[in-house]
Amino acid sequence: MHSIPLSYYLILSVIIFLIGSIGVLTRRNAIIIFMCIELMLNAVNLTLVGFSRFSGDQAGQIMVLMVMTVAAAEAAVGLAIVLSLFRNKETVYLDEVNLMKW
Amino acid sequence: MSEHDFLAIAPITTVAVFSLIVMLVDALVKKNTSLMQTLSVVGLLGGIGVAIWTLPKSLNGFNGLVAGGGMTNLFDILFCSAGILTVFLAKDYLERLGGHFNEFYTLLLMATSGAMLMAHATDFITLFVGVELMSICFYVLAGFLRRQVRSNEAAIKYFLLGAFASGFLLYGMALIYGTVGGTGYADVAANAATVEMPFIFWAGVALMIVGLAFKVAAFPFHQWAPDVYEGAPTVIAGFMSTAGKAAAFSAFIIFLNSVYGSGVEGTDRVQILLAVLAVGSMFIGNVTAIAQTNVKRMLAYSSVAHAGYMLIGLAAGSPDGSFGIIYYLIAYLFMQLGAFAIVGLLENEKGCNLTFDDYKGLSKRRPGLAMVMAIFMFSLTGIPPFAGFFGKYQLFKAAIGAEMTWLAICGVVASVISVWFYLGLVIAMFFRDSEEKQAEGGTLGGLSTAALAVAVVGTLVIGFLPQAIYDLLS
Repeated sequence: MHSIPLSYYLILSVIIFLIGSIGVLTRRNAIIIFMCIELMLNAVNLTLVGFSRFSGDQAGQIMVLMVMTVAAAEAAVGLAIVLSLFRNKETVYLDEVNLMKW
Repeated sequence: MSEHDFLAIAPITTVAVFSLIVMLVDALVKKNTSLMQTLSVVGLLGGIGVAIWTLPKSLNGFNGLVAGGGMTNLFDILFCSAGILTVFLAKDYLERLGGHFNEFYTLLLMATSGAMLMAHATDFITLFVGVELMSICFYVLAGFLRRQVRSNEAAIKYFLLGAFASGFLLYGMALIYGTVGGTGYADVAANAATVEMPFIFWAGVALMIVGLAFKVAAFPFHQWAPDVYEGAPTVIAGFMSTAGKAAAFSAFIIFLNSVYGSGVEGTDRVQILLAVLAVGSMFIGNVTAIAQTNVKRMLAYSSVAHAGYMLIGLAAGSPDGSFGIIYYLIAYLFMQLGAFAIVGLLENEKGCNLTFDDYKGLSKRRPGLAMVMAIFMFSLTGIPPFAGFFGKYQLFKAAIGAEMTWLAICGVVASVISVWFYLGLVIAMFFRDSEEKQAEGGTLGGLSTAALAVAVVGTLVIGFLPQAIYDLLS
């Protein structure tokens, strides 16, 4: 049944998480940064499901449901914020959003 | 399901229910602003009442998902007090800046209930839901003046960095869950000492510390704080920097207690890590604050330093340390919220009038405000007999008790650095005259006066009667 060992899931999720965080740090488009953050959250979901499957404990899968719900709420708020920024400034590129710095 | 379950979350339920009532009133009743304000204050006072009522009990609810009573309820009272002060200050400020929408009160109450859920959480699932409930409300509130680009900018920076940090927090939770075999803190306390993969467990703890350090704006995860506090509406910046920080510290304390309490080997490394974060926050925050010309940014950088002082309590890892953090957070609530309240009063419609130059000669133009601001500045510096001094005293005492005297010395040195800019503002207000005519800022409304009075009284009472507060807390 457990033909694929747990470590495969963990390594894959580390790789996806790293791709996501590198994307957040290097890209400048707010929407793409947000997509990279979603990628990070899904890497976490993979870890949770993997651990849950191999330990037989259901709590991890419940947590995945919570994460997906919260991520949906976050997406709604995040896109609204991007929209209100675009209305005032006509850009979604963060390097053009630089009123405040010291 | 027993009554214990519902008693444990009773303070949260009260505030959450009132946040929904406020939302309904907004939809159903016309000309409802003062009604919504009243209901918000009633809801928050109700939260405080219920929290005081369940304070002596020690409750565990919903199969270990939440706890209640004791320290947790103290945090509830703190969040609700910050909420009430913010409601009092909000109306004048938002009307003057042309952004008085009624959703403000719903969002504020929801953010408060999220913060309370963080303090009550004894399980990763509830902690995550609490963090996100509070943070998502803060993202919206930071961008609340939606016609100002500055506010939009604060919201988008806060949103992207906050969600990024949530990713780290969550990954840490997932790794700890996998190694200890459960999502509860009880599982951490029971199994951490015997985990099969200690490396993954410690990676999880480190990632969770990263996520929470971001939420308290500690070095090196503090970059968002100045931009967000500067761009966000000032009353919200005050609320975020007090209640938001306190919520993250409550989660920090309860989580780390379960790790320290598990008897797992290597907690001393966590303490060293936290000590490094504390020293970095104190020095980077205070030194960068010196370079600021904008008072809001100065307060933001100094809030990084205050997070550093409180991290000393975590690094000490003793009950004394936790006590010191709570004591400091109560003092910090009054002085920081009060300082932001005055900055908000002096701010004019275009979001300026915020530099040190604008504060020159304030003692001649508005002597009362200058006097009160000076009290908050002395308290934030940590000059006796104001509240900040006794907070720092408790934290440094905890560090010495945990044989980390060097950390206490660093804290004292950092406090001395902070004299430069806090007293710099006082000197600008009292001993410098401005050449040009200054914009006057807002008039002091009745509710704002009440909130300021509460903040001043709080700062003075904690300062002059430290023993009474000490007895009350213990």
